[in-house]
Amino acid sequence: MVQSLDRSQGRSGGISADAAAPATFTGNRALQIEEPLIFEMGQPGRCGVDLPEPPKVKDRLNGLKRAGEIGLPGLSEPQVVQHYTRLSQKNYAIDMGVYPLGSCTMKHNPRINEKVARLPGIGDLHPLQPVSTVQGALELIDGLAHWLKTLTGMPAVAMSPAAGAHGEMCGMMAIAAALEARGERAKRKVVLAPESAHGTNPATAAALGFTVKPIPANERGRVDLSALKAALGPDVAAIMLTNPNTCGLFETEIVEISRAVHEAGAFFYCDGANFNAIVGRVRPGDLGVDCMHINLHKTFSTPHGGGGPGAGPVVLSAALAPYAPYPWIVKDGDKWRVAEDGAAVDGKPLGRLKAFHGQMGMFTRALSYIMSHGADGLKQVAEDAVLSANYVMAALKDIMTPAFEGPCMHEALFDDSFLKDTGVSTLDFAKAMIDEGYHPMTMYFPLVVHGAMLIEPTESQAKEDLDVFIAALRSLAERAKSGTAAEDFKAAPRFAPRRRLDETLAARKPVLRWRPSNNPPEGDPMKQAAD
Amino acid sequence: MRYLPLTPTDRRDMLSVIGAKSVDELFKDVPASARLPGKVSGLPDHLGELEVERAFQNFAAKNVSPSTAPFFIGAGAYRHHVPSTVDYMIQRGEFLTSYTPYQPEITQGTLQYLFEFQTQVSLLTGMEVANASMYDGSTGASEAVLMANRITRRTKALISGGLHPHYRNIIETTAHWQGYSAVAGKADPEGLEDLIAKVDKETSCVVVQNPSFFGHVRDFTKLAAACHAAGALLIVVVTEVVSLGLIKPPGEMGADIVVCEGQSIGNGLGFGGPYVGLFATRDKYVRQMPGRLVGETVDADGKRGFVLTLSTREQHIRREKATSNICTNAGLCALAFTVHMTLLGEAGFRRLAELNHAKASELADRVAALPGVKLLNDSFFNEFTVRLPKPAAPVVEALAGHRILAGVPVSRLIPNDPAVDNLLLLAATETATQAGMGPLIAGLKEVL
Repeated sequence: MVQSLDRSQGRSGGISADAAAPATFTGNRALQIEEPLIFEMGQPGRCGVDLPEPPKVKDRLNGLKRAGEIGLPGLSEPQVVQHYTRLSQKNYAIDMGVYPLGSCTMKHNPRINEKVARLPGIGDLHPLQPVSTVQGALELIDGLAHWLKTLTGMPAVAMSPAAGAHGEMCGMMAIAAALEARGERAKRKVVLAPESAHGTNPATAAALGFTVKPIPANERGRVDLSALKAALGPDVAAIMLTNPNTCGLFETEIVEISRAVHEAGAFFYCDGANFNAIVGRVRPGDLGVDCMHINLHKTFSTPHGGGGPGAGPVVLSAALAPYAPYPWIVKDGDKWRVAEDGAAVDGKPLGRLKAFHGQMGMFTRALSYIMSHGADGLKQVAEDAVLSANYVMAALKDIMTPAFEGPCMHEALFDDSFLKDTGVSTLDFAKAMIDEGYHPMTMYFPLVVHGAMLIEPTESQAKEDLDVFIAALRSLAERAKSGTAAEDFKAAPRFAPRRRLDETLAARKPVLRWRPSNNPPEGDPMKQAAD
Repeated sequence: MRYLPLTPTDRRDMLSVIGAKSVDELFKDVPASARLPGKVSGLPDHLGELEVERAFQNFAAKNVSPSTAPFFIGAGAYRHHVPSTVDYMIQRGEFLTSYTPYQPEITQGTLQYLFEFQTQVSLLTGMEVANASMYDGSTGASEAVLMANRITRRTKALISGGLHPHYRNIIETTAHWQGYSAVAGKADPEGLEDLIAKVDKETSCVVVQNPSFFGHVRDFTKLAAACHAAGALLIVVVTEVVSLGLIKPPGEMGADIVVCEGQSIGNGLGFGGPYVGLFATRDKYVRQMPGRLVGETVDADGKRGFVLTLSTREQHIRREKATSNICTNAGLCALAFTVHMTLLGEAGFRRLAELNHAKASELADRVAALPGVKLLNDSFFNEFTVRLPKPAAPVVEALAGHRILAGVPVSRLIPNDPAVDNLLLLAATETATQAGMGPLIAGLKEVL
């Protein structure tokens, strides 16, 4: 049985977009258009480009000319535009509203960033052009590097890592290199990481042959300093610590932590995923950090793009700077050059992590964002992000259950105890948010909090929009607590392009590509239309 | 500040709901010693959009854009025409400003295009399954070696002397710090290398490139058989994905893992990034793959839909036991790839490849006819190597002085090896013109 949602407490009550409405002939629901795969649309003889007839030349392919069909479908340009436009309309996006995905910093993505990244003198440069023809590009990279170093209070930055996790790999390799130079790499095999760490931290440390030892949190959601001190010893290479941490809290004993880590001869890797909370207001260098990656797609607004591309420059302390991977951008007099191998720099580079010079397109966008904000605006970014998160926390704390006391930083963490005995889970609650027109918060992370809901509003939302968001969450929490709505929650979402998807089936019988034999399932509108 | 919606009144009202007197109170957990009294010093304040745009035009003005000069540079990044539709599509906010599709009900757009991408990559490479993209080809190649090490439980990778030097550097760097062995062959400009005799029972994988860094087109069928007989895997790297429109795909040669740089399709040169890595393998190895995978399933109403799947391989579930530490992929660049490839289709993609080959053939003949210049390739796709009568780096620099972007001196990527000092890599794509080749040939004549 399908019941319509009771929307009497919603702001737009009375709209009867009911999942039980009669089926349409096409399977479409007004703006929600059912869309086949391109492989089900193509026709031989159609093409979306016009290319000249190639001159007939004898091929020089060593007898290895490709035989047979590749199997790519043929579509005209209008079909391609309609297809991907329709697909785009099945996505939620920052451009549409509150996107409170904690730990991901879904802030506004300014369009000037896109425009300047596409200037022909920037976007159309080849990375291996003679350096005399790319002086402006090198100056741009160095300009961003200067901002990153100054904002973090660190002396050096490695620009080439392609994403946050890649930056972690870079930073941990630099630590391994410094230990190797001290002749201590073989004996320092342990990396400490809080239980609340991002999964990338232990994955990175393990890939480099370190044993990961978890550090428990105290009842205030911070690293347990005495447990940390007990774990520190001559076998410890580093601590990997996110600050503000994944519970959205600043590590109050951070100075003591970094002192203890250094006294034990270990390094302090800071996961900079949450830099947005403190940018322009606190410099990680002042906290004793040895290295920290910066996710340009979080703090500095480069677009998330459906999961990338990212960029993960790593700022380095003086102790780690000599090990930065090449390339290094170096200024000799008034000319820039790219040092592309170990012999060309004054240091002991750990090697190369990426072809060419890093994610230039992301550097351009990030620098555009940074220059638009300036030192004054960036400070305001951190303040507004923290203010907005605390506002959400304060406005919900009587009806939802904050995981920890006291002010949070840029994200508000709730546990699921307010849902106890309601029959509604964190997942159900999140899916009901979809029907209210919101992307859910991060769910079930960090792992240290039961049924975690991590809300990061960012600095980009107007107060009026936060107020409606808060009212919607209050309404959902009240409905959940009424004890009579569990079935409704379990059935959510009803109004999204798809209802809950069977993830178990997807994993048990993986279908990872289209094949001619893949027919749409029974019950699918495509199947019915074809019949 | 145009990006910040909160007004002073909003801030005051919000503080009062929170019960705090000032924003500073919200930062009280930060140790006092680390709280800056004001903004970070030594940095300028905010700028309007006009001023920002001017600043970037100034950066741009100090560069020579390939659109304004005869251009023949390749070596792992290729200049192709990207249809306008591609850039329009990737700038739609629903794609541009969405994140990883963690909530599949409201990210079917991203999930479906990634499923299409995976299918396209499987078809192009001749492989059974592909993931939803890697950072780029170079990092993908290194991940492929790690994957082969996991599958074979061996730790020795053999690296061809025809592999792009940056790719080799990355594999060597990763090998050094992650504790396995990568044995690289000597640079192979003539395309004479035979790795079969080097494969042994300790070899986890052999990494080759086709066409090679120097442009040679090779059949690796026998090498694949030798790898399999020894229990090793064959990894084939393709840095120019357009070549797959004309050349027998690695899957048909017996490759176990194929890694491509996908930049040529849909993605501009961008001074080196972001690009998109294509990563394909056999079905039987799918659970050892790095990166995200999208799979087909049904929703509660029985409608077809797509989800991220097999995530038990990944760091957010497996933590220190994950197949890779990778979290991000190259989602938007993968979309650019998919939209461009869909516009091309079977007929367009094949024709694009033929045009590239024809342009490069013409260029090769004209350059090889210059006195003292020797073409080293019997075979190539859209890039080849010539030996000049003098070191290539100053020749390229001299031509740059005439605003001619004349290829890549091999010594830039393989420094300190006198054997390659005179070698020049030249590429010609469909964007090369007669009007560009003329000045290159004349310029070479002048400086050689």
